[in-house]
Amino acid sequence: MSKKSYRQAINEAIAQEMRRDPRVVVMGEDVAGGQGAPGEDDAWGGPMGVTKGLMPEFGRERVLDTPITESGFIGAAIGAAATGLRPVADLMFVDFMGVCFDQIFNQAAKFRYMFGGKAVTPVVIRTMYGAGFRAASQHSQCLYPIFTHIPGLKVVIPSNAYDAKGLFIQAIRDDDPVIFFEHKMLYDDIDEVPDEAYTIPFGEANLTREGEDVTIVALGRMVKLANEAADALKKQGVSCTVIDPRTTSPMDTDSILESVEDTGRLVVVDEAHPRCNMATDISALVAQEAFRALKGPIRMVTPPHTPVPFSPALEDIYIPSTAQIIAAVKATMA
Amino acid sequence: MQLNREQLLAAYRMMRTIREFEDRVHTEFSAGGIPGFVHLYAGEEASAVGICMNLDDRDKIASTHRGHGHCIAKGCDVDGMMGEIFGKENGLCGGKGGSMHIADLSKGMMGANGIVGGGPPLICGAALTAKTLKTGGVAVAFMGDGASNQGTTMESYNLAKAWMLPVIFVVEDNGYAESTASNWSVSGTQLGRAAGFGIPAVQVDGLDFFAIYDAAHEAVERARNGGGPSLIHGKLNRYYGHFEGDAMTYRGAGEVERLRRDADPINFFRQRVTEAGLLDAGQLDAIDTTVQAEIDGAVVKAKGAAMPPAATLLTDVYVSY
Repeated sequence: MSKKSYRQAINEAIAQEMRRDPRVVVMGEDVAGGQGAPGEDDAWGGPMGVTKGLMPEFGRERVLDTPITESGFIGAAIGAAATGLRPVADLMFVDFMGVCFDQIFNQAAKFRYMFGGKAVTPVVIRTMYGAGFRAASQHSQCLYPIFTHIPGLKVVIPSNAYDAKGLFIQAIRDDDPVIFFEHKMLYDDIDEVPDEAYTIPFGEANLTREGEDVTIVALGRMVKLANEAADALKKQGVSCTVIDPRTTSPMDTDSILESVEDTGRLVVVDEAHPRCNMATDISALVAQEAFRALKGPIRMVTPPHTPVPFSPALEDIYIPSTAQIIAAVKATMA
Repeated sequence: MQLNREQLLAAYRMMRTIREFEDRVHTEFSAGGIPGFVHLYAGEEASAVGICMNLDDRDKIASTHRGHGHCIAKGCDVDGMMGEIFGKENGLCGGKGGSMHIADLSKGMMGANGIVGGGPPLICGAALTAKTLKTGGVAVAFMGDGASNQGTTMESYNLAKAWMLPVIFVVEDNGYAESTASNWSVSGTQLGRAAGFGIPAVQVDGLDFFAIYDAAHEAVERARNGGGPSLIHGKLNRYYGHFEGDAMTYRGAGEVERLRRDADPINFFRQRVTEAGLLDAGQLDAIDTTVQAEIDGAVVKAKGAAMPPAATLLTDVYVSY
């Protein structure tokens, strides 16, 4: 056990699986970097350095830099998965799904069903998401609700370094296509992360705080903010359960419903755009399945229905805040 | 390339099987027995068979919405195919895929594809698997002239060349992307495009089995020997519409009748092998009879097969969930 960043946790997960299984390959734009260039090899390890060091250890046959060709290489990763490899493909920013989505939702997600259960497509598509980096409208979205919408895909959204490693190893060993969401503002977050390989099953939520008054469900980076809000509220005499679903497909609906049965109040915190996001989905679930347990209206904390702005002054008020979560909790109790 | 008698008989039998299958699907669709969208390959048989006779069990193909011919040529079970097209439980995909999604990965057939241009990126991946695991296999992306205009296709040319993948791109140019002529919609030429990516390419008479076979032989050898991707552009014809039910008002008056009479790939094959004394007409006629019975049998089985049970609606979405 030692302290590692979210970035290191993911790197370690990939490296350990590559040592264990020769079918695991990594591909994407600049995953090593420097291919064909006169300067350093392994120059980048991806734009955030997550895959740095893999190419020197495993060679360019297993760590493949690609041209900037998302449809081409995401499709190739899917085709390789369907024929015997276990590729980890890096779709650098989830915003780039617009140029390769067909390969993900019409090909990877459908093979098993369309082909009558005779296909397996064990591909992991890593992708970076989320606001806060001053990266503006085309490099800051969440978009995981769109993938969650598609039957056949699994969607993983780790909120901390420990989960990131265990969920990543599970993603590589999983036989279904997995979209793995990495929040760009979490890469430097440090946790205790075991050195050995371990898995965290999909569809098992993590209760990061336990309380009696209000259930807060939060995803990804928002789990941190929800924990801060719960800690602040505790000092004010309000005790909250914070649920991190960890995966939105499959989703641990039982843990959410059981908690709401106990507390009678629900706040959902989601950094995704507010229409048809996880907050609306979870709210609908609770309204349908646990309506009689509710003591007050469900509250959703989300950004406004706008693209992500560039200016720090605007982006800071776009992203849901701890103060907004506290206000929402209080509103459910009013 | 000299083919022996058994190979020539196999080639003829496969082309006849595709023709008989497609003609019969046309009839059954018209009679109302087949649901959904169906796109037929009749007239293009020499291409699928000429290419796939160069492949073996290590090799993968990705097909198109017009995929029945590729399936048969890669060894898919004809009864299972017919059952699938009828949406029955005995179908290759249990009735969940239909005509546009027939696949049999155990035969290296990675699926017909409802998305035009969907196959080339996938076939780059299949080729990457072959290269990484050193299976010696090659991967073939069949596409039409329509798919040749998709970005995925050109991305795949570039990726296959950058990674030096064992891929053969086969452009089956039947002159029409749906109702739009390829001589209008394709800017430049297929060979010029391939040359732009540094990919060796050849144009063949898509009605000439032997020309296609030879072109594929060379491309497959190149791919197996580490020489990277190749492209084959075949000009050929489809006898039916884009989909079944297409009135084909965009085609010239008498065009299809003329093609069937004067430019039929199976007739050309027959004429060539009988005139050269390689096979005699009686042998070929016997194959025609056998194939017809086989397709009759497939239709009878498909019609008699059960519909998929309701419980299968919910299965096969995930391996585990």
